Amino acid sequence: MDPLEIARWQFGITTVYHFLMVPLTIGLGLLVAVLQTAWHRTGKPEYLRMTKFWGKLFLINFIMGVATGIVQEFQFGMAWSEYSRFVGDVFGAPLAMEALLAFFVESTFLGLWIFGWDRLPKAVHLGCIWAASLATILSAYFILVANSWMQHPVGVELVDGRAVMTDAWAVFTNNTALVTFPHTVFGAFSVAGAFLLGISWYHLYRRRASGIDAVDPAGRVVVGEAPALGAGRDQTDHAVWLKSLRLGAAVAMVSFAGVALTGHTQAQLMFEQQPLKMAAAEAACHDGTGFSVLAVGNLGGGGRTTCDDVVGVYEIPGLLSFLANNDFTTEVRGVNTLLPEYQEKYGTHLPDDALYGERAGQEIDYLPLMEVTYWGFRLMITFGGLAAFAALVALWLTRRGTVPDNKWVSRLAVLGILAPFAANSAGWIFTEMGRQPFVVVPNPTFEGIDQVFMYTAAAVSPGVSAGEMVFSLAALCLVYGALLVVEVRLLTRYVRGGVPSAMPEAATRGGGPAGDDGDVLAFAY
Amino acid sequence: MDFLPTLWFIIIAVLWIGYLFLEGFDLGVGMLMKVFARGESQRRVLLNTVGPVWDGNEVWLLTAGGATFAAFPYWYASLFSALYLPLVLVLLGLIFRAVAFEYRGKAHRASTRDAWDWAIALGSFTAAFGVGAMLALTTTGLPLNANGDRVGGAFAWFNGYALLGGAAVVMFCLAHALAFVGLKTDGDLRRRAGRALSRWLPLALLPLAAWAAAVVMGGGKAWTWALLAAAATAGAGAWRSARAGREGWTFVLSGLFLLAGASAIFGAAYPNVLPSTLGAEFNLTVLNASSSPYTLRLMSFVAAFGVPLVLAYQAWTYWVFRRRLSETHIPAPHPVSPIV
Ligand code: HDD
Ligand code: HEM
Ligand code: HEM
Repeated sequence: MDPLEIARWQFGITTVYHFLMVPLTIGLGLLVAVLQTAWHRTGKPEYLRMTKFWGKLFLINFIMGVATGIVQEFQFGMAWSEYSRFVGDVFGAPLAMEALLAFFVESTFLGLWIFGWDRLPKAVHLGCIWAASLATILSAYFILVANSWMQHPVGVELVDGRAVMTDAWAVFTNNTALVTFPHTVFGAFSVAGAFLLGISWYHLYRRRASGIDAVDPAGRVVVGEAPALGAGRDQTDHAVWLKSLRLGAAVAMVSFAGVALTGHTQAQLMFEQQPLKMAAAEAACHDGTGFSVLAVGNLGGGGRTTCDDVVGVYEIPGLLSFLANNDFTTEVRGVNTLLPEYQEKYGTHLPDDALYGERAGQEIDYLPLMEVTYWGFRLMITFGGLAAFAALVALWLTRRGTVPDNKWVSRLAVLGILAPFAANSAGWIFTEMGRQPFVVVPNPTFEGIDQVFMYTAAAVSPGVSAGEMVFSLAALCLVYGALLVVEVRLLTRYVRGGVPSAMPEAATRGGGPAGDDGDVLAFAY
Repeated sequence: MDFLPTLWFIIIAVLWIGYLFLEGFDLGVGMLMKVFARGESQRRVLLNTVGPVWDGNEVWLLTAGGATFAAFPYWYASLFSALYLPLVLVLLGLIFRAVAFEYRGKAHRASTRDAWDWAIALGSFTAAFGVGAMLALTTTGLPLNANGDRVGGAFAWFNGYALLGGAAVVMFCLAHALAFVGLKTDGDLRRRAGRALSRWLPLALLPLAAWAAAVVMGGGKAWTWALLAAAATAGAGAWRSARAGREGWTFVLSGLFLLAGASAIFGAAYPNVLPSTLGAEFNLTVLNASSSPYTLRLMSFVAAFGVPLVLAYQAWTYWVFRRRLSETHIPAPHPVSPIV
């Protein structure tokens, strides 16, 4: 077995997994902060209940983001030591800053928030969730600076065969990072929006199904109360779910506009910075102007030098040019034009260097796996678009104050939670696999820097054996798989428990301020 | 110019010491969940003493790792890849521990809760042992070739120092955690923590002292001998305080023991960051493993801004949650039952 392949699978699996938790943490964190602010401003009980309920789900998810993030931080050194040596001078800096300036704030203030209910002054307590939430966004910025540098190295020169930072400002204002950051953060909010939407829909539907809420002849909601069915089925909770639903839908729609706009800018940069990735994402063999909506044929890519057998089934004329250049006529270079350019610039064969192990001297295949880039790109847009469209429909369907009494629509709303998650994973898989065979992609736009690049084949740790990697891959997959089940089951249980599941004080202390003895700290564990 | 690399060596040493000092007691508390706590309410007291702070403590580890990557990429690359397997175990330990902290209280069945308790205890143990082994090996050496890669297979790192370092950190964490429990709890836990310390403290500090002595004898300068002596004094002082029932002093002195002992270790290792046992010419040192002066200068500004800030708000957190917890504080469990 080949350590390189295993290391790649491992990195891919662990990051995609990490990025299941991350967008929910980023999106939900800020929404909880907003809700708590609304509670402070208005004093309305439903906002406190919303804060507590969504805050609880946020915490259940947050911890998984923390646990899986640690693996990421260590993995570069463990499995990608040559990579770490090559890029450390420039790449380590944003990672260290992320830990020092973002992770510390995030974890410390979240601890204060969790345990500080009723213990800290109210305004300070509110400040804690804001600090934690803004820090998660800051951490996204730093890590995306690091990632964007791999996509588009700037601010460095090649010294003794490694990348050495010469201009930190260029690294931290890398144009790739400046659009990737809002794109990713908007993507995260679309996750949080669909999450609020789906869960609130389910609760509103259950209220109707159990006959609590009804609809008058004009179609307006008649909010009911059902004390016999237990706490959390009272009148306030209608407002909790309806407001959450509306908020979620609005957030999902706005974020889609955000990802679409920033995505467009990203695509334009990509045509300039990684033309082959975009051509592969378009399955565009020949130069052209049309955006392919559906293409069939042998999308395989990888291992071949031409891609003449891809047939566009449906193309939108001019759209590709619009994505690339904001007009409808400029020809965009296709794979067949680009491959010879790459071969001329970066060579046809891997250097005969011990670093490449048994791959030394092999022919380089510059074409990423086309079915992955092509479908990754389309799935990202489709799933994101579906969620935004569903949000629009949801707003319309709930305009009279509740959801239709329909089991299937409710199931669809819950299922819809998954769509933005899928869009995010697809986006990352597209971005990361689209840059193969490079781990650090050459930057064609600057003289001098265009020699700072690294093939993935050279990045893996030379001293680590396949056996070790198989062990870690298997162990991580097992643990991650099991923990995913645990997390989803816990989330489900707390969702089904409704607001009371997140408000023990409502049960034991009647919701009032804590007694003298209880205010040592909020016993969250 | 070796000022900047030396400065960064010191910063990284500070980060590691900060990590061992802070996460030291929460790793220890994690282990105590199984070997010390009696009954559910004592376990919950223990967990809540570190509840607000353990995640912040753990970031010291991430920062130490990140700072090593940024300031000494060769050190980071060689050390982490050479210790691949033990680090996988450390990661698994940290994962289990983190998730169990949060999910334990949400379990419905006693058997599930018990499983999470084991995850906390074993996860903490593994993480402490692994980090200890890693630090011991980076101060005593690994079989590295000219490129800085481990030779000799997946277990080539295994030797007595790995065991000594692992034992040193595990036992220090246990002692430090007992001192912490003495400060932070009341009632039975507090009494028993004090009693355990007054009996076992010297034994618990011994392996760390032995590791420090070994490194200092290997490459010590006069001032590292002085630090070693200071560590011994602090350790003895901690024991005396423990016997006298002075909880504050016990904790402070056990912290000073760590500070002096670990400083002696790092100081004696300097200028090596990771020696090679295959030949001194392959040693990684502060000079040949470090980043460019430009990067180091940039990171120095960031650290000068960031580290004091972190210390300030973390100190504030400890102040906010300064009161002692006892079993009488523990609220009834809150089972979650489905309403829909
Ligand atoms: C766009 C955002 C984003 C991306 C691309 C990544 N992460 Fe992440 N990471 C976060 C956003 C985030 C976060 C939102 O800030 C998390 C999620 C949960 C949390 O605690 O913070 C986090 C947690 C987290 C932690 C734990 C922090 C703690 O203990 O509080 C570490 C060490 C990392 N990440 C490291 C990485 C590395 C090395 C990545 C690259 C491979 C990575 N993350 C990708
Ligand atoms: C969290 C979002 C991310 C996801 C979902 C993601 C996804 C992936 C995937 C699927 C691969 C495997 C590609 C392949 O083997 O063909 C990969 C590889 C890799 N990614 Fe990412 N990535 C993410 C973020 C990052 C970030 C932020 C960095 C750097 C800071 C990064 C650095 C790498 C490296 C070093 C590799 C290994 C080399 C390779 O196989 O290309 N990734 N990632
Ligand atoms: C009209 C819609 C969209 C367009 C035009 C678009 C465009 C792009 C492009 C060009 C990239 C590749 C950047 C690169 O290779 O570095 C990308 C990546 C990505 N997209 Fe989208 N996107 C859209 C919608 C979405 C949606 C709805 C989501 C998630 C909800 C999403 C999440 C992502 C993520 C997570 C990445 C990887 C990180 C990054 O490079 O930014 N995108 N998108």
